[in-house]
Amino acid sequence: MAFEKKPRNKMPEQEAAVRARNFNEVALGYSAETAKAEAARCLHCKNSPCMQGCPVSVNIPEFLRAAAAGDFDKAGEIIGKTSSLPAICGRVCPQENQCEKMCLRAKVDSPVAIGNTERFIGDYMLAHRKEREKAPRTGKRVAVIGSGPAGLTCAAELSNHGVEVTVFEAFHKAGGVLVYGIPEFRLPKSLVQAEIDKLCGGGVEIKLNTVAGRTVPIEELAEKYDAVFIGSGAGLPMFMNIPGENLNGVYSANEYLTRINLMKAYLPDSATPVQLGKRVAVIGAGNVAMDAARTALRMGAESVKIIYRRGREEMPARAEEIHHAEQEGIEFCLLSNPVSFQGENGWVKSTRCVKMALGEPDASGRRRPEPVAGSEFDIETDMVIVSLGTRPNPLIKNSFAALQTSPKGTIVVDEETMRTNIDNIYAGGDAVTGAATVILAMGAGRKASKAILERLDIK
Amino acid sequence: MNKILKKTRLAENVTEYVISAPDAARHAHPGQFVILRVDEEGERVPFTICDYDSQAGTITILVQEVGYSTLKLARVPEGGYIADFVGPLGNPTDLSEFQNVLLVGGGIGTAVIYPQAKALKAKGRPSDVIIGARNASLLMYEKEFASAAKELRFITDDGSSGVKGFVTDELKRMAAEKKYDCVFAVGPLPMMRAVCALTKELGIKTVVSMNSIMVDGTGMCGCCRLTVGGVTKYACVDGPEFDGHLIDWDEAINRGKTYREQEAAHKCRLTGEVK
Repeated sequence: MAFEKKPRNKMPEQEAAVRARNFNEVALGYSAETAKAEAARCLHCKNSPCMQGCPVSVNIPEFLRAAAAGDFDKAGEIIGKTSSLPAICGRVCPQENQCEKMCLRAKVDSPVAIGNTERFIGDYMLAHRKEREKAPRTGKRVAVIGSGPAGLTCAAELSNHGVEVTVFEAFHKAGGVLVYGIPEFRLPKSLVQAEIDKLCGGGVEIKLNTVAGRTVPIEELAEKYDAVFIGSGAGLPMFMNIPGENLNGVYSANEYLTRINLMKAYLPDSATPVQLGKRVAVIGAGNVAMDAARTALRMGAESVKIIYRRGREEMPARAEEIHHAEQEGIEFCLLSNPVSFQGENGWVKSTRCVKMALGEPDASGRRRPEPVAGSEFDIETDMVIVSLGTRPNPLIKNSFAALQTSPKGTIVVDEETMRTNIDNIYAGGDAVTGAATVILAMGAGRKASKAILERLDIK
Repeated sequence: MNKILKKTRLAENVTEYVISAPDAARHAHPGQFVILRVDEEGERVPFTICDYDSQAGTITILVQEVGYSTLKLARVPEGGYIADFVGPLGNPTDLSEFQNVLLVGGGIGTAVIYPQAKALKAKGRPSDVIIGARNASLLMYEKEFASAAKELRFITDDGSSGVKGFVTDELKRMAAEKKYDCVFAVGPLPMMRAVCALTKELGIKTVVSMNSIMVDGTGMCGCCRLTVGGVTKYACVDGPEFDGHLIDWDEAINRGKTYREQEAAHKCRLTGEVK
């Protein structure tokens, strides 16, 4: 049978020229009518391939069915069975590589906007908050290290099953990368706080300003609690180790974004200072690079260039983010690799790059960039933001030698249960995989919570 | 929220704070630091721990009122609270392999060498100590060191107490009298650089505590990075103590000036001073 073509409902957005100068959310969200209409585009295929594309297997067709009928409470309940943070996932998941990639509607016209609809439901749930019924207490206690997506998801799941959960967070605010990394214009911080408050309302205690391995030894947690989950992330930024990298004005993306997002350096009255670059170069082309570049623009830069050693096709950032960045006026300096930074009075003044050409595919399957001899050129820059990814923080492994880690510093776990080499200690998220996505971290947190519940004999 | 149990004025613009922080106090060691935020709008500022009492659950820090956050902290009364206090951070000092240690403290850095002096004394290997300051009114912890050090010498820039001169002058004299297998120096960057230049010449191993600009203090931003032996290190997780002979001092001093202009403006906002 032939299906009627009904194009995907567009997400309303702030005008590029306007939003490039403010920190308000770029995507404005669906109205109830649009959400219903978009949900009604679901074809309810056999086998629900979309669900296989979702790392936490949200029952997508069922929540869309409820949403299409206008029963948003029910839609929220269905999502809530497998996902604790829909308002966040709806915004930051790379749906085009997950649920929406598998959507068969693509063969008719375009995939159902599952993420946009989930976001609507998530926002609806926060606005119409209902106290969740508390599960009967089991008397079991679990410690969760880190309050990022992995830790929060694990904590929520355990708490929903009557486990007393204490989350240990090093920062003065909970949320991990959701508060220090992803900018306000993609993920409003009030929304992250609302999701966390909802979680705490369910009986999760969050201990801020507590560095596991320093303020409380991990051994002590393993002794005092029935189980421990480590979701400490991969926060240690990588640098290139090229001359001039420690000149003033050269930031890691983590430092730049932390100053602006967590410490609110984008507000004029902020106690935390940040440099205001006029000509900014961002090294790298992942999602964090896009975030840093778009943030620098909003901080008043005259020009922002993304410098990337491979080509357009190879850029690891989401297509939507690259598109947004381009619309806002970010320039792309592709097939170019920095070789040094030149300074004046200790401040960075220019970035020397070499042109690159793509050779044979390497182990990652991407064509290996090779420098073109004699092709050096200088870009005038008064600020550089290095965004080449992160590694797991050595603090956990250095303070707890018994924990097995890989040569890359990631925690080694059993893939089925997320259990580490120590009996009652589990781990998940970037601490295990190295820098990955929010939703994968949530999936890992969920998987670990299942194994912990099983271990504690709670069904 | 952490309570300020006791505030003591030690010198002009220098205040000692005893802060309630039971978990941090229980696990603190000499050489480690804390990060605090005065209030909800505050920035995160690092301070080296200058004493701790695990029984009482307290950590003592010394604060020199030099800018926005330290002035703001000075306005919190005894018995008042600060918004955030996290620690202990950084690696503890390791002076275990040395028999004859000379501790050198300059200005507010003096407080930082006190836990080391105490620990060495407790181990039956008391250290010699040089304390330097601009003038007599800025000397501090005299009583504490008098009981912890084997030999204690004071030196001031203007000669208003002890000998006139710089810590390096005194260090040169002491090294001529005795053999030291390690110098441990804490103070302003130019002072530590001068100490290292001298001890390198004298062939004495020297450890310094770096006071880089920090944000998180847990190794996730790289703000506090410095070059040690040609390799980039993070003061907060790899240090804060390093072999002083391997540090790129020009770079460290330059990085310390990153926010000088903004800091001056912040301070003016608080004090009403005009730049």
